[in-house]
Amino acid sequence: MNPAVLIASVYVFALAAFLGYQVISRVPPLLHTPLMSATNAISGISLIGSLVLAGAKGYPLPAHILGFVAVTTATVNVVGGFGITDRMLKMFRKKPDAKQVATESKAVAK
Amino acid sequence: MTLTTYFMEATYLVASILFILSLKMMSHPDTARRGMFLAEGGMFAAIVGTLIGAHIVTWTWIIAGLAVGSIIGAWMAITVPMTAMPQRTALSHAFGALAAALVGVGEFMVNINELGPVKRGALGFEIMLGALTTTGSLIAAAKLQGIIQGKPVQFRGQNVVNASICLGMTGCFVYFWIHPEASTVFYTMLALAFVFGVMLVIPIGSADMPVVMSLLNSYAGLAAAATGFVLGNNVLIIAGTLDGFSGFILSVLMCKAMNRSITNVLFGGFGAAIAEVSSDAGGVMREISLDDAAMQLAFANRVIFVPGYGLATAQAQHAVRELGELLEERGVAVKYAIHPVAGRMPGHMNVLLAEANVPYSSLYEMEQINPEFSSTDVAVVIGANDVVNPDARDNPKSLIAGMPILEVDRAKSVIVLKRGQGRGFSGLENPLFFKSCTSMLYGDAKSSLSHLAQAVQHV
Repeated sequence: MNPAVLIASVYVFALAAFLGYQVISRVPPLLHTPLMSATNAISGISLIGSLVLAGAKGYPLPAHILGFVAVTTATVNVVGGFGITDRMLKMFRKKPDAKQVATESKAVAK
Repeated sequence: MTLTTYFMEATYLVASILFILSLKMMSHPDTARRGMFLAEGGMFAAIVGTLIGAHIVTWTWIIAGLAVGSIIGAWMAITVPMTAMPQRTALSHAFGALAAALVGVGEFMVNINELGPVKRGALGFEIMLGALTTTGSLIAAAKLQGIIQGKPVQFRGQNVVNASICLGMTGCFVYFWIHPEASTVFYTMLALAFVFGVMLVIPIGSADMPVVMSLLNSYAGLAAAATGFVLGNNVLIIAGTLDGFSGFILSVLMCKAMNRSITNVLFGGFGAAIAEVSSDAGGVMREISLDDAAMQLAFANRVIFVPGYGLATAQAQHAVRELGELLEERGVAVKYAIHPVAGRMPGHMNVLLAEANVPYSSLYEMEQINPEFSSTDVAVVIGANDVVNPDARDNPKSLIAGMPILEVDRAKSVIVLKRGQGRGFSGLENPLFFKSCTSMLYGDAKSSLSHLAQAVQHV
């Protein structure tokens, strides 16, 4: 690896770690379950690595098949993770109005 | 660089910023949901950017994978009940980690001769973390789902076996790092990592799952970050690191809430062989009838509900909300006290109660609520045990000594909803149950609570 690129990557890693610490320690315990499923969905970003493996120029068929499995699992992670996080966050309300919630949950039932 | 590559890199930058913003908005329940839309937008941008910029030639596998994955993911997101959230999350960690590991294997198959020493090192970490997180998370999910027993599985010489596997895996890693063409060694490393993941999680009891979940969360993220180093891709590094650190912070918080170290959780096999060291908690447990309990609640000024894992297993979150509302209509001040490790994953109880429409302003963290127990008339413990065990505070010899607890024993009276007379998961005797202010209401938490609600209406 080109040393300059490596050093830049290490910078990115260190800054992301610092930023992550700052941002995530502010998340209240109330939201720890959605936080975990959200970060999990976000780390499904390995999907973009899988996409390259599954279809990019210069990769042989076995790599494409591995890539297919990886794309599938990563997509499950992304779609399932974001879907369920949204379902959870929708439930957190300050003053729930029973009727309104009931109709909304019917309307948004997806 | 061509124009499409610039476009791809630009979408990655946008995605990184949106991910960070979304986690920042997670700091308040009012903004959290909008934040997730940003993250979803970021993810979408990164995917589109990759498809345009990465010289894709074969679309079949990509489209098939996206379609199958979306269907399974959407099905999971829609159908999984809130009580099953811990196993769903564990399963999701397994999927994410497997993707990272497979990308690593693909890189090895195709590009290994172009990888320098640093990238080879990152590739090794990606493979090991990805593989052990995959199997570890699957075991955790199976334990949480009850497919395999939740009790710790231990055998003689376990730590020796585990250490050998770990050593073998590390050995393969070092050999592979020096001789990148040795594919047998590489695949041995992969296989050992899969085995190691299983071995890491089977000795851990279900009650310690909050820590394990957080740690696996962290590993899955770090595997993605390692992938970023291998591919030289910054958005992978950023998103993976955010996930890794979030999991790490949660593990530390969970360990603090149990007054144990991470090593102790991972290798202690808590709850397997409990020596009888609980305090002389002899005496009788006083049973209370439904009507008496309802009477106490109906005429109380302040009531605090303390939910534990039993609330989840009995699916009693709606029943407790109904009872709480009835009491509030009678002018009783109702609050909910949430211990950080109540349930099987961080924040488990909050999600369940939110599902049942309990407003989050009624949910209180341990530090906030503990001073209030002494002025509380009735504390209702629903399927919680260790998190309200006064031994943790009073008996320095107890196995859970020093673990911060919800001090329900300071309330004027305590009603414990429990399935039977048996001990809790840890097998520890709980002196709270024998106190004179405590009375026990046996039975399934859900039916007890709905019967209580009926009885309160007739008071």
